[in-house]
Amino acid sequence: MSPKSLYLLCLMVLPILAQAQTKISGKVTDAKKQPLPGVNIYIKGTYDGTTTTADGSYSFSSTAKGEQLLSASLMGYKTLEQTVNLSGAAIVLNINLKETMNELKMVTISAGSFEASDEKKNTILKSLDIVTTGGANADIVAALKTLPGAQQVGDKEGLFVRGGTGYETQTFIDGMMVRNPFYSGMPNFAARGRFSPFLFKGTSFSSGGYSAQYGQGMSSALVLETNDLPTRSSASIGIMTIGANVGLEQLSKDKKSSFTLEADYTNLTPYFKVFKTLQQPTTYPEIAGGSLVYRRKTSKTGMLKAYVYGNWSRFGYQGKSLEYQGDEELFELKNYNIYSNLTYHENLGKGWKINTGISYSTNKDRIHLDTIVKAAEANVRTRSDLSQARVVLTKSLGAFSLLRFGGEYQYAVEKTAYNQYHLDYTDNYGAGFVEADIYFSPKLVGRAGVRAEYTSLMEKTNLAPRVSMSYKLDDKGQVSLAYGEFYQKPEQQYLRSKHDLEYMHATHYIATYERRSTAYTLRTEVFYKKYHDLVKTTPDINSNGTGYAKGAELFWRDKKTIKNADYWISYSFLDTKRDHLNYPYEVQPDFAAKHTASLVYKQYFSKITTNVGLTYSFATGRPYYNPNRPANEFMHDRTKTFNTVGLIANYLTTIGKAFTVFVVSVSNMAGQRQEYGYKYSSDGLRREAIRPMTPSFFFVGMFMSFGIDRRQEVIDNN
Amino acid sequence: MKRIFLFLFSITTFTLAANAQSAQYTEAMEKQVAAIDKNASSEELTQAGNTFERIAEVEKTQWLPYYYAAYCKVMQALSAKGNTIDALADQAEQHAEKAEALSKNNSEIAVIRSLIATARINVDPMARGRKYGPISSGFLEAAKKYNADNPRIYMLEGQSLYYTPEQFGGSKVRAKEKFELSLKKFSTFRPESSIAPHWGEEYTKKLLSSIGN
Repeated sequence: MSPKSLYLLCLMVLPILAQAQTKISGKVTDAKKQPLPGVNIYIKGTYDGTTTTADGSYSFSSTAKGEQLLSASLMGYKTLEQTVNLSGAAIVLNINLKETMNELKMVTISAGSFEASDEKKNTILKSLDIVTTGGANADIVAALKTLPGAQQVGDKEGLFVRGGTGYETQTFIDGMMVRNPFYSGMPNFAARGRFSPFLFKGTSFSSGGYSAQYGQGMSSALVLETNDLPTRSSASIGIMTIGANVGLEQLSKDKKSSFTLEADYTNLTPYFKVFKTLQQPTTYPEIAGGSLVYRRKTSKTGMLKAYVYGNWSRFGYQGKSLEYQGDEELFELKNYNIYSNLTYHENLGKGWKINTGISYSTNKDRIHLDTIVKAAEANVRTRSDLSQARVVLTKSLGAFSLLRFGGEYQYAVEKTAYNQYHLDYTDNYGAGFVEADIYFSPKLVGRAGVRAEYTSLMEKTNLAPRVSMSYKLDDKGQVSLAYGEFYQKPEQQYLRSKHDLEYMHATHYIATYERRSTAYTLRTEVFYKKYHDLVKTTPDINSNGTGYAKGAELFWRDKKTIKNADYWISYSFLDTKRDHLNYPYEVQPDFAAKHTASLVYKQYFSKITTNVGLTYSFATGRPYYNPNRPANEFMHDRTKTFNTVGLIANYLTTIGKAFTVFVVSVSNMAGQRQEYGYKYSSDGLRREAIRPMTPSFFFVGMFMSFGIDRRQEVIDNN
Repeated sequence: MKRIFLFLFSITTFTLAANAQSAQYTEAMEKQVAAIDKNASSEELTQAGNTFERIAEVEKTQWLPYYYAAYCKVMQALSAKGNTIDALADQAEQHAEKAEALSKNNSEIAVIRSLIATARINVDPMARGRKYGPISSGFLEAAKKYNADNPRIYMLEGQSLYYTPEQFGGSKVRAKEKFELSLKKFSTFRPESSIAPHWGEEYTKKLLSSIGN
């Protein structure tokens, strides 16, 4: 070999020799010095790297040279990048990884609120829980009554929360207020909610201390979030003992928009012919309705939703007159309702988000009765129209913290006529709010906000500050505190006759402790609520009412201990007094029970694919007014305790190509006598218990759903 | 003369280096694919998944490293419990999306995305089945459109029929048909390379034999 070729050989070999390796080793630990296995640790831009072992240690060699970036990454931890100098000399490097702010590990603002959602992780309830709760008959409000804070009120619509009336709970759909969330009913009989639980992907029930973005609910907010695009087109049909419904959902070819059409009809004639009602129907209850939903994904993050709901219903009953012995009394009602909204949300970039919407609703009641004045009949006509617009902007402040602000405007026309007498009014209501959620650390979050409102009718402004904070004690436990001022316009029936009333007003203080894991939830809450400026009707309509509510609540849910079973227990202790309407002084009001408890049990029998839900609810007696007692014993009497057991069974199967659910539901199975109070004749000589129209309610239904997009059939793809 | 020689020399070293690079890729990939071909434990899947991620970061034009990184994560998600399922599925989804960006209308990636949806159902079958079931089968339909000869499509269809209770349209008889179809496709399926997706035949045989006759 010539020297020349030797030289050449050297040249060729040298690069290989120069690839001397640098050994890098060490240990990866977390903030608490616990070893982290499974960490991907490597020199960026090369294959050189390894995965840490069970004791967190690692060791690998790299052929790279000079200044390089070493990267260590693990799910749930912040990726660490560090410059290392690879020179051939072994490097020992111990690394500490920080946990990322992760939705699951983060503390959340939770005082006063219960959420049912499929989207968000770790919520207390799933959307499905609402329809599988025994005795609830797929009514959102009925299912929420099994949660702490809510009263078992069966003679008036709505959620009666923590010493508040049903009017004090405000319902919102996609952020916008709903004027008439319930069907029109008659006095002393509660009507169902209008909206099907299947419309919503998320339901959040707040029993106090909620965000400044919601107003006009002095006690509680029920926030409903409508579904997004369906995953496929489908058709559905439901046949029930009391009616039928059909639905059609069409997902566009590009899967970016969908149309949903639904129609339903309910008729209680056959049912009330078989089961005896408290009063004789003169017009059997009938409901016909339809809805149309259009959804369009306008971009990767943008969504437009339009929803129109129309409904017509009527009923009439005749019962014995309490006032005029031997006479009959009549109450007949016809209702027309339209609710519509159009909402849009989009990420605007740079951490900005917009949520906006408009809504219009109208509700018309035609009531015919002959109970007020004997002989002369009465016709009552009411109509409420509500138009509104709302904009909310959110700016991310990094690491989950955010600033939210926005405003809303409502134009309301309230008309009522009693025979030829009219009492109408219009109101322009405007509100603005600003609120910030600040994460001081993954364990500590604070929220501070303020809401300002103005109504042209009352010509009054209010300013409502709200503050809450939560602190995470460990993996599962957290404590929360909340304070807030909540204002609400007096009920329409009082505003009609007197415009210059004050806002009714409540101050909330809440403290919560909760422990949550995937298997169980424990939650305890204590609260104090002070009422100001409640409406009084004596001597005339004024805003001098007062009151308070305080109490303690417990919620326990366990999904694990019993196989295929899931149960929750809730208990509420409520100490409340108020001086409102015609009350002579502060007393426990007629809608409040001192002790309320529910046990909800659900068991899935996999062999027969049947889910059975049983609910037992209990409440101690509620006060009622007995005119025969002296004035200092106002609301002195108590009704009997309230007990009810409800059952629901869902049998899931397929018939042909249709996914089918058979539902059997019974409310108040044991047929226990339920008394919500007593009403007296004006001379106090006769009285009558306020009871439900039928002691129990049976329901049998079959619901079929067909996937009409053949290509996407889950199972039947032969 | 010397200069020309050096010039030639530098060219050869460059090409050599380039070849070495792709040899390094194939070799590293083959080693990892072999590691997950045998019944890999969750730890082994983590290791292989990490390695695929490292390779993916270097080989910015290859879809296979991302595909396999997604595969490792979804396999872990399928045997995981509770909230970790979603975290793993999220990671798998990210890798699958990156793979898809590099190779559009890919039947194998669609199969992985179908599996990711299936894994998400496991978090809460009652609440999630109605949403993710159609998503999962939708990806299988897409996979069929891109390549109807992919045996893994029929394997997963059979698996879904196999594990779904009869009341919901599951059927061991029809599962068997799907498995047999899958095995037929496996017998003619030729992976494009030693590192192209080729998993699932053993699993299909195992499920088929458990049905019996």
